[in-house]
Amino acid sequence: MSDAAVAASPRRLRMTVIGPILALVLLVIAGALMNPNFLGWDNVTNVLARSAFIGIIAVGMTFVITAGGLDLSVGSMAAFIAGLMILVMNSLIPSMGAGIPVILVGMAVALLAGLAAGLLNGILITRLGIEAFIVTLGSMGIYRSLVTWLADGGTLSLDFGLRSLYQPVYYGGIFGITWPIIVFAVVVVIGEIVMRSTAFGRYCAAIGSNEQVAKYSSVRVDRVRLMTYAALGLLVGIATIMYVPRLGSASSATGMLWELEAIAAVIIGGTVLKGGFGRVWGTVIGVLILTLIGNLLNLTDFVSPYLNGAIQGAIIVLAVVLQREGKART
Amino acid sequence: MKHFVSGLAIAAALAAPAWAQDGETKVIGVSIPAATHGWAGGMNYFAQATVDRLEETYPQLDFVLATASDPAKQVNDIEDMVATRNIDALVVLPFESEPLTGPVQNVKASGAWITVVDRGLSQEGIEDLYVAGDNPGFGRVSGEFMASALPEGGKIVVLRGIPTTIDNERVEGFQAAIEGKNIEVLGMEHGDWNRDKSFTVMQDFLSKHPQIDAVWASDDDMAVGALGAIEAAGRDDIKFVLGGAGMKEMIKRTMDGDAMIPANVTYPPSMISTAIEITAVGLVSQAPVSGDFIIGSVLVTPENAENYYYPDSPF
Repeated sequence: MSDAAVAASPRRLRMTVIGPILALVLLVIAGALMNPNFLGWDNVTNVLARSAFIGIIAVGMTFVITAGGLDLSVGSMAAFIAGLMILVMNSLIPSMGAGIPVILVGMAVALLAGLAAGLLNGILITRLGIEAFIVTLGSMGIYRSLVTWLADGGTLSLDFGLRSLYQPVYYGGIFGITWPIIVFAVVVVIGEIVMRSTAFGRYCAAIGSNEQVAKYSSVRVDRVRLMTYAALGLLVGIATIMYVPRLGSASSATGMLWELEAIAAVIIGGTVLKGGFGRVWGTVIGVLILTLIGNLLNLTDFVSPYLNGAIQGAIIVLAVVLQREGKART
Repeated sequence: MKHFVSGLAIAAALAAPAWAQDGETKVIGVSIPAATHGWAGGMNYFAQATVDRLEETYPQLDFVLATASDPAKQVNDIEDMVATRNIDALVVLPFESEPLTGPVQNVKASGAWITVVDRGLSQEGIEDLYVAGDNPGFGRVSGEFMASALPEGGKIVVLRGIPTTIDNERVEGFQAAIEGKNIEVLGMEHGDWNRDKSFTVMQDFLSKHPQIDAVWASDDDMAVGALGAIEAAGRDDIKFVLGGAGMKEMIKRTMDGDAMIPANVTYPPSMISTAIEITAVGLVSQAPVSGDFIIGSVLVTPENAENYYYPDSPF
């Protein structure tokens, strides 16, 4: 999988792998003990579907971070794309009628806008050589105020008829498994394969661990970097396609702090923040841990809701400590 | 969008240097938080609309409207208004009480009239006029409706806003109103006045409690999230969801007789208009306008919903 992990002692390998899984298992056990409904089918599908937005984005974020980059704009990008999608679909109803074609156009708009936004970030970072942190901090502000502007400070709502037609994309599914979960799973499987067994995945890790060496090894550093941002943008588009049918609206509060949740999930999952090593399945564990904490806190009256943030923070740090602990000892 | 553009035009026109004022013209500065959520969006809309109207009505008045995305920016805005426009009156909806108290006090010291809207300053006696909604009253009216809509009593869940004094006052008012009415509050969680957060909180309430009679969402954005979760779960034990603040889509549904949304409780963002209008009256006339102006929270039902429906407002 990774040279770093293979070269390490067995114990170190075990701890970095087991750490996040252990944290997840502990959370699940705690949840099952505290509330009998926790492992019920409804709750499990709720949690998985809820994880899908951040999860799909976090898979893309794993590649960006592995290649030594960062993207702070994904949350507001999602809000902007959601707003754009709703505006386009609403405006097409008079000419195309409220039917499937309008929804398909809406989806295409989301994918194209996502791809374009990702490419824009990537081009500014690679061609102009500006720090990813600064570029995406800037675009974060730009998309956030664009969606506020589009919504005139209020909320953009999808036409009611269209919304009921579109709703099955979030609530429907096959064999009781809803679409967001299926799409999330497909994205994860593709991400895992790309990260592990393609040249692209290895290039990302190479660039993240040492850009100069990668360059001398004839890796087209800028192009690979650009592609990670473009892919992330596309995945934000996909996440938005799943998000819009849920409540059929977008406002300036949409996607608030998604970027930090996605980054946190990636790091909890064992990807190194400064790049060089990434693990897609770990990211999935990270996303599930984050979502489960919120879910558990809602299902129990154990702690004052004022302390939710503190509990979340503590568990995030703990999950990372669990895996770093192993590294420190070797 | 239109408002944004006209806002820019006004901002540009107002950016003219101070020499443009003669002895006759008086300047009113309006400083409000930016449109970061639905209610604030409505407030921005009403502020802009009122400024447009008053500039036309009173040629001797000039307005400076600034929206701030955080308290520090708001302090800068206010300092700029004093330094470059020499304002005669300031209408301010403080982002947060503490950080704005000092700067507003400085404006007061410069001799300007101070109107504080909705969120009080942390020191009393600075403002000449205080215009605010009635948060304990908001909770009380909501609680009274809940008690009357569940005459036999029942089990409810509560979605709370962002942990603030506003939220605490509302919840206390609500709890006092339902006391002794046989209404059991199964759980209270913070939905942060946010649709997505409220959707997930409501989903979890539904998993946790097999029987819920009603939801006090305490805000229309949170009500939208809660309704989405209830609809998706296909639960029919919940008789209704009571939101609040009077979002136009929700008022419309009450007006149309939607059984899930039988009522609303107002907390009008247009209170900023009240504040600006009264301040303008104080500057152009002899009428005394100092004091407190508390805008009551009113119960909106299908019968009177029409009076509270503003289709042009973004909220």
